[in-house]
Amino acid sequence: MSESSISESSSEAGPQSSTVSDIVIRFAGNSQDGIQSIGGFLARLAGRSEQEVMTFMTIPATISGGPSIFQVRMGSGEVLSAGDEADVLVAFYDHSYANHIGSLKKGGILLYDSDHVEPDETKAGEYHHIGIPISSRTIEAIGGTARDKGKNIFTLGLIAKMFDLDIEKLERLITERFGNKSASILETAMSAFHAGYSFSVENLLKVFRLEPGKAKDQDQVVMTGNEALGYGIIAAGVRFGAGYPITPWSDIMELLRRELPKYGGSFIQCEDELAAVSMAIGAGYAGRVSITGSSGPGIALKSEAVGWAVMAEIPLIVIDVQRGGPSTGLPTNVEQSDLNIAIYGGHGDSPRVVMAPATVEDCFHTAIEAVNIARKYSVPVYILSDQAIATRIEAFPEPDLEKICQDISPDLSPVETHKPYDLSTPDGLTQHRPPGTWIMDGKYPIATGLEHDEYGRPTGNPKYHIEMTAKRRNKLRALAQSLPKPTIYGPPEGHILLVGWGSTLGPIREAVDKARAAGDSISAIHIRHINPLPPGIDDIMARFHHVLVVELNDEGLYGYGQLASLLRTRFADPKIRSITKTDGLTYKITEILDNVKDFLELEAAKN
Amino acid sequence: MSTILAEPQPPKDQDRPPLKKKDIAADHPTWCPGCGDFSVLAFYFKLIEKKNLWQEKITTVAGIGCSSRFPYFVQGHGVHFIHGRALPFATGISLTRPDLHLFVFSGDGDAFSIGGNHLNHAARKNVNLTYVIMDNQVYGLTKKQTSPTSPLGFKSKTDMWGSVDRPINPMKQLIGAGATFIARTTATNPKHLMAAMEAALDHNGFSVIECLSECTEFFAGAFDATNPRKGGDFMEVPKDHDVTNESAAYKLAEDSFPGYFGTFYDVETPTKNEKEAEIIEKLQSKVQGMKDWEILKSNFDKMK
Repeated sequence: MSESSISESSSEAGPQSSTVSDIVIRFAGNSQDGIQSIGGFLARLAGRSEQEVMTFMTIPATISGGPSIFQVRMGSGEVLSAGDEADVLVAFYDHSYANHIGSLKKGGILLYDSDHVEPDETKAGEYHHIGIPISSRTIEAIGGTARDKGKNIFTLGLIAKMFDLDIEKLERLITERFGNKSASILETAMSAFHAGYSFSVENLLKVFRLEPGKAKDQDQVVMTGNEALGYGIIAAGVRFGAGYPITPWSDIMELLRRELPKYGGSFIQCEDELAAVSMAIGAGYAGRVSITGSSGPGIALKSEAVGWAVMAEIPLIVIDVQRGGPSTGLPTNVEQSDLNIAIYGGHGDSPRVVMAPATVEDCFHTAIEAVNIARKYSVPVYILSDQAIATRIEAFPEPDLEKICQDISPDLSPVETHKPYDLSTPDGLTQHRPPGTWIMDGKYPIATGLEHDEYGRPTGNPKYHIEMTAKRRNKLRALAQSLPKPTIYGPPEGHILLVGWGSTLGPIREAVDKARAAGDSISAIHIRHINPLPPGIDDIMARFHHVLVVELNDEGLYGYGQLASLLRTRFADPKIRSITKTDGLTYKITEILDNVKDFLELEAAKN
Repeated sequence: MSTILAEPQPPKDQDRPPLKKKDIAADHPTWCPGCGDFSVLAFYFKLIEKKNLWQEKITTVAGIGCSSRFPYFVQGHGVHFIHGRALPFATGISLTRPDLHLFVFSGDGDAFSIGGNHLNHAARKNVNLTYVIMDNQVYGLTKKQTSPTSPLGFKSKTDMWGSVDRPINPMKQLIGAGATFIARTTATNPKHLMAAMEAALDHNGFSVIECLSECTEFFAGAFDATNPRKGGDFMEVPKDHDVTNESAAYKLAEDSFPGYFGTFYDVETPTKNEKEAEIIEKLQSKVQGMKDWEILKSNFDKMK
């Protein structure tokens, strides 16, 4: 929490108040405590206020119980990451306290449920300890029937008081959330909230006020990355999908199952991943690009069918919400280790498109772009999201949906003649004609996984394998040429260039800001189009002494992470080096900066 | 509002002459001489002619195997998909394009081995399509390995001493899976084959035919016992068999080989296509008159 020119005013009664530009609160409890919903309320409140917001959560792998955290950061300026250290730790249980006290900054506030937690009093000098009987006070406020229920809303009230949040807006949010349930549920929630809010203020050491931020000239929408991808897929005009449940992808299939019928579409839960990808390709063949998705293990299962879609040139969207791997790995942690399977995960030469959204807002737009690339280039497109971006909540300006929403109904107009794999077209681009299209010369196309001639008839003729392989590759070379050059964060030349992809955008940019403020010469680029790579990366790299690729995966046998390896293959530039980690957590700003520092020291020692 | 279930417009030229075999026959089949699959193909053409289907609406899907070369020999929209997954692929077509005539062809390997689980689920979902399993009780394309329907003791390159795994009983499997139309026929009995294909096409839902189709190369004579011309006995399903009675069908299936031929089971239950259409109709009634972007906007309004 950065306290700006403190306007400490000791009011006559109650605690003193100070103004801050930025706060990080970590709620630690069990999954059934509803701590995610406290975070959700705060995020939506920020979306409706002048503040920016970013959240981070972990979910337990077990069904009920299991430790869970939700971290929310609200700020008056640009908020890029969920924050390295918490200003306030709200601990519901002893294990919450024990496991997360390390994430509380020195001098920070420990707010604990004194019904359950006994903090180490020898640490009282390092942190401000505030014990509040959250459980018993909640029961007092709403009645003792449902143990654990309502604690989250009580705590929301406490936080609202502590940070002088907009009560009216919060009450409205609570009403919206519970208003369509029974009147008594809303009443109970309100009682819990008011009980927390009016809990004897003297117990709080201080209250804080967020600096006024910049007024937002546009409505903000608040959602998770998984929601943004799901709604982006709908906006893109996709009306059919098929999937199989797996964490952390399932939210997207649940959303599409619930929403698509409103648009005349369907999402089908399949018997397995193989059926899911096959069904989506089948629907794509039938006329409209369709979606499937999964997380690592499921992506491995889909690989053969995706290869077929590459061969038969049928558009397809595959979402991979990455988690720690290999195998079942770390189902509820973040890792960016599926880049290789997305690009190379198929037998034979099977070029496909891979994109990686960098923020929740970007998830929405990436979904649409992916659909349009899949259609134009008749190719499968992978969207590499990850557990961190999937579950975190961000606010972003509401897109102009009337303009953005697309109708991609199939065109079944009769054609005189049709060569599905015409070799004479520029850049190898051909369009799929779905069944129902009358081909007037009577020569109908076959979509096949066998190497084929221009009509899709199987052939072992070497000429066709050479030319069709080139066709499938040249399409993506043409796509590469059309992609925008990455923009540079920071000056266009300097000592160090950080390169990132996916959900690490925020911490990388904050690391750049912090290092630049300290006088370092450092900039960053973020790569959204992973395969094919956009043009211009080499020009950018040429203007820096060192290129450090920051990613959440292992350095591998040869010392380079997955994107770093790709860039080294592409540019054969030995100055491309790697910063990687595999702890299953998002990058902290200090971790990036420490890695850069270590790298520079090693370099200096060499010279 | 567009819906995937909207009936696409009929072909513009309504005066086209009826389809003839020469219009729908494509490349000459690459099957071995005497292969039973020729017969299935010939009656597929006959069925198309008889039903006067629109050529552009005939969609032929197959997986991998000798039988699955089928789509190449048909002049119509066709798909040669990967091994075992023809049914989920075809489900994607069926659920988004109710206007098409959808036929799926498989062998016993595709249907009962690598794709076995998909058969169970396409059947229980009652997806509207016609599925013909050309069962030769051997892996032919890969040159004589044991198949899931190979009889015990069958000598193959992978069971040189004779097959030891009990074969699948296709009829029992299909009844257990919940297919809503199940028939059994042979490639050597043209009239019977044609009748089975026609009944399967007319069935609303997941209709399956197991057609014994001899592999003359790797399992010659496998079905002589079903062929009166080879001294066998073509035993038809008894006239008094109640096709809506599941346990009666199961009882018929117990006599596994040579077994009975004809319709074992035929019931009407709501199809997956109808169920999904119902869900769509119900949810669309709540957003009546709204454009797609307005529906999405109403969701976004709740996330502010």
